[in-house]
Amino acid sequence: MVELYILLIFMIIGAVIALEAKDLLSSVVALGAVGLGLSMTFIILKAPDVAITQLVVETLALIILIRATLKTDLPFSISGRWFFNTIVVVSFVATFLTVAAKCLKDLPVFGSPLMRVSATYIKEGLLQTGATNVVASIILDYRAFDTLCEATVLFTAVVGVMSIVRRTGRKKENQVIEENDEQ
Amino acid sequence: MSSKERQTGMSVIVRTTARLTVGFILLYGIYILSHGHVSPGGGFAGGVIIALSFINLMLAYGKDTALSKLPKAVTSFFENLGALILLSIALLGFTGGYFFLNFIAKGEPFHLFSAGTIPLLNLAISLKVGAGIFAIFVAFVLLKYEPEKNKKE
Amino acid sequence: MAIYLLCLSFFSVGLYGILRKRNIIKIIIGVIIAEYAVNLFFILIAYRIEGRAPIYSPNAEITNMVDALPQAVVLTSIVIGLATTVILIALAMRIFEKYGTFDITKIRDLRG
Repeated sequence: MVELYILLIFMIIGAVIALEAKDLLSSVVALGAVGLGLSMTFIILKAPDVAITQLVVETLALIILIRATLKTDLPFSISGRWFFNTIVVVSFVATFLTVAAKCLKDLPVFGSPLMRVSATYIKEGLLQTGATNVVASIILDYRAFDTLCEATVLFTAVVGVMSIVRRTGRKKENQVIEENDEQ
Repeated sequence: MSSKERQTGMSVIVRTTARLTVGFILLYGIYILSHGHVSPGGGFAGGVIIALSFINLMLAYGKDTALSKLPKAVTSFFENLGALILLSIALLGFTGGYFFLNFIAKGEPFHLFSAGTIPLLNLAISLKVGAGIFAIFVAFVLLKYEPEKNKKE
Repeated sequence: MAIYLLCLSFFSVGLYGILRKRNIIKIIIGVIIAEYAVNLFFILIAYRIEGRAPIYSPNAEITNMVDALPQAVVLTSIVIGLATTVILIALAMRIFEKYGTFDITKIRDLRG
């Protein structure tokens, strides 16, 4: 389990670098490093489906973030009340960590999950659905409503992005193409 | 290639590498998608990999080449088709009793054609996710992106 | 138990980014980091010592699988996280286009 601690500390350091770097592009690349570390952590924790999806989604989010930040510079400004803001935020985070650390006592010990629900899925999944991948049998057979609602969320996201990005009211000739953005 | 083509997209090295690898990326996406019920993978990852192959093409060759291979009308058609397949399979479950019933014969485990409706649902999910993500990326690329102050000058 | 605490501190790094940073892109990065931490927490709860991945094998009898239900939930959560991230980035790009800056204090000043 040493490699798990190493990866987690690597991810925390990467997250701090991503938040504190003064160049936007390097902070986005540091975020990519955090995502790759998370994907490796998923593989160590025996979740290959989640690792593949995380890797792919991370790549896509990196491309879109770089597209958003490529032409811009970071207006870096420290004005007023720097000390006060930091004190407030640090005390809030410390309170959160204290309360959450107390709640951790009620969780099962790391390495021995409860598995009340998924014991049934694992025991009877192969007989009832015929799929050898238990995760696929859960998301597409036992809990297919989740997948349907997730498809709805994705569709709503597509519609939202299209309506945010779309321009109306600009009478330029080269922007007539973008009027067709809505489906 | 003519000099007019060379202005869109990236350098020759990037374009050659993209031309050589984009087919393999597409093939890997189809593999991940079709074996989702036997091995790790599934509809989400397969769909996003298929979309990433077209995004790779768009990044290397400029938006015109990729949009001629996969126009936006085709994209929205595929997304609606994915949603329709998902819903119709879910509704066909009512023939045996309830929503999302696995009504096709289960087949033999560890084979490609097994597990009833799960491969079909994987296909529907991958169509929907891949087409949706490609549409989002096209929308971001088409957005002329500069501050308004510079535009007025 | 220490690993849960590390995961929580990973989450609080994202929380610090959301609360403290002024740049919109930095705030979005904080949201993404917090989302990563929550996904990681689910998978950590599902882990079993010396467990196997939840996939059957034709030759071997596998008895000690890890918990498969949180993995399925996280698989859905990752895609939803991508959707929310994309909407946030679209809003940030429109704000940059309107005001010419990512700094939220300047945006408040320009609002007038």
